[in-house]
Amino acid sequence: MTAATEFGAYGGRYVPETLIPALDDLTSKWSELQRDESFRAELNELLTTYAGRPTPLTRAERFAPDKRLYLKREDLLHTGAHKVNNALGQIVLARRLGKHRIVAETGAGQHGVATATVCARFGLECVVYMGEEDMRRQQPNVERMRLMGATVMPVDFGTKTLKEATSEAIRDWIANVGTTHYLIGSCVGPAPYPEIVRELQRVIGDEAREQILAAEGRLPEAVVACVGGGSNAIGIFYGFLDDEDVRIVGVEAAGAASLGTGRAGVLHGARSSVLADEDGQIADAHSISAGLDYPGVGPEHAYLRDIGRVEYVGATDAEALAAFRDLARTEGIIPALEPSHALARARELEEELILVGLSGRGDKDLAEALRHLT
Amino acid sequence: MSKALVVYLMAGPDTPDLAHAAVDGGADTVEIGFPFSDPLADGPVIRRAAERALAQGMRTRQCLDVLARTRERLPGTPLIPMTYSSLLEAYGWERFAEDVAASGGSSMIVADLPAGERPSLRRVQLVAPTSTDERIALAGAETDGWLYLVTIAGTTGARGELSPALPGLVERTRRLVDAPLYAGFGISTPAHARAATELADGIVVGSAALEAAEDGPEALRDFVASLRAVI
Repeated sequence: MTAATEFGAYGGRYVPETLIPALDDLTSKWSELQRDESFRAELNELLTTYAGRPTPLTRAERFAPDKRLYLKREDLLHTGAHKVNNALGQIVLARRLGKHRIVAETGAGQHGVATATVCARFGLECVVYMGEEDMRRQQPNVERMRLMGATVMPVDFGTKTLKEATSEAIRDWIANVGTTHYLIGSCVGPAPYPEIVRELQRVIGDEAREQILAAEGRLPEAVVACVGGGSNAIGIFYGFLDDEDVRIVGVEAAGAASLGTGRAGVLHGARSSVLADEDGQIADAHSISAGLDYPGVGPEHAYLRDIGRVEYVGATDAEALAAFRDLARTEGIIPALEPSHALARARELEEELILVGLSGRGDKDLAEALRHLT
Repeated sequence: MSKALVVYLMAGPDTPDLAHAAVDGGADTVEIGFPFSDPLADGPVIRRAAERALAQGMRTRQCLDVLARTRERLPGTPLIPMTYSSLLEAYGWERFAEDVAASGGSSMIVADLPAGERPSLRRVQLVAPTSTDERIALAGAETDGWLYLVTIAGTTGARGELSPALPGLVERTRRLVDAPLYAGFGISTPAHARAATELADGIVVGSAALEAAEDGPEALRDFVASLRAVI
């Protein structure tokens, strides 16, 4: 496979040679497991009995009284976000690859917690890289990871956020590739990771499609999700990509709009749309939401943007905070700040029947959000 | 036969002086790092040097100027830019190769562009202890001049001991590749240099050279001479 063939001109494997054989192994094992009924059965059992799938669809009548707006409730999953869908799938994959050590990056801490959780469940060694700035913003998640036996490695250089944490996780993987599986948290990174993460997250969209058909007897007019790296978005979008009449909208943080204001670039092993200067140096992202505070995005989103299938728009910190507060007050649901960006744009759309990916719950964000709301 | 000694420097205003000192000390080839903000293959020493270089404004255009000025000082020494794909993507892949050549570059190394990707971009390829025989053969067929043997599974930077993976990697690669084999990553002392050149045709010294260069051209020349004395 060459660098330019995966998602149009995006994707590829822009990594040091040391990792190529591991990516080849991952590709062939993944392809084998796709055809393996026992893999799907094991994963479905875990998703049902451990993670809490299927998640419900909740109509938000008071939040959007003039619409029929439904929330796909990934916030109700074990660990509080969609990240566990991917973590469970990859831990089953890692075990079948014979790897006994797991390394991961985390921004908001939700992927780190999901990874620590599945490692505890299966008794695997777990090392999570996290920027010092994010450790400060998301201290309860640091404590959760440690409680479950993970080692949290602070990253104290550069932006001290997800970008550097991801680089350090990849460097760890390079040094320990024989024993270690890199459990990447979003649909980013070198091939085949973007595809693996998408396939593990598309359960969100597949379920939601059936659920909204059952509830409304028709497809939604619009599907909206937040996009950082873009894993919950690609997961929910995949249920509707072939339905040409369904408008699909991805919402980025305005200060981290890799798709809205970025350019073609190479970051963390893939060619995608990134925030970078004219020399290809990666720029800093800025968002109140640690989960969206990333200058890159999954390569498939760049492709979906270019072919015009998905629209990508931005929401500001203030708009996300307002939606965060409003959903709490009108529905008794405290969303994470990340999907609050999607809620902010969704309620303004002209469409009436709308599906929104509520990717996680907001407990982790209370301190940060209340600081800005009061 | 004398073994090859490749010294890595991070591009900066003093690169021509430092490169001259390295050649005085016995370096045959100089790699010039074009800094990238997120260098996945590099350990802390080169990463920090890249951060400093970027803070000093060393962008692609400035790095090419440094390359050209170094070429003026050292007309006969191979000079090889080493960088990451993001810079080429932004500058234009072909334009980058053309402008490197026009500025006196002898080849280039792109640390995150493995063999098989963009084969038309002539560059020194890397192989690692994890590489399969098939990939070693591919890298050998595509490489430009010599082949870079990454001695360890890991990032750049000094290590206490020379990697135990090197003998096996050299033996496998000799069977598959005719090009000269230069070992790098983790080579920082005369003892490493001697041991590595008993197996390989040359060595690449990066992080340790950068640390020596922090004390100026004379310190770098003395460090390089201490390696040259034993290989």
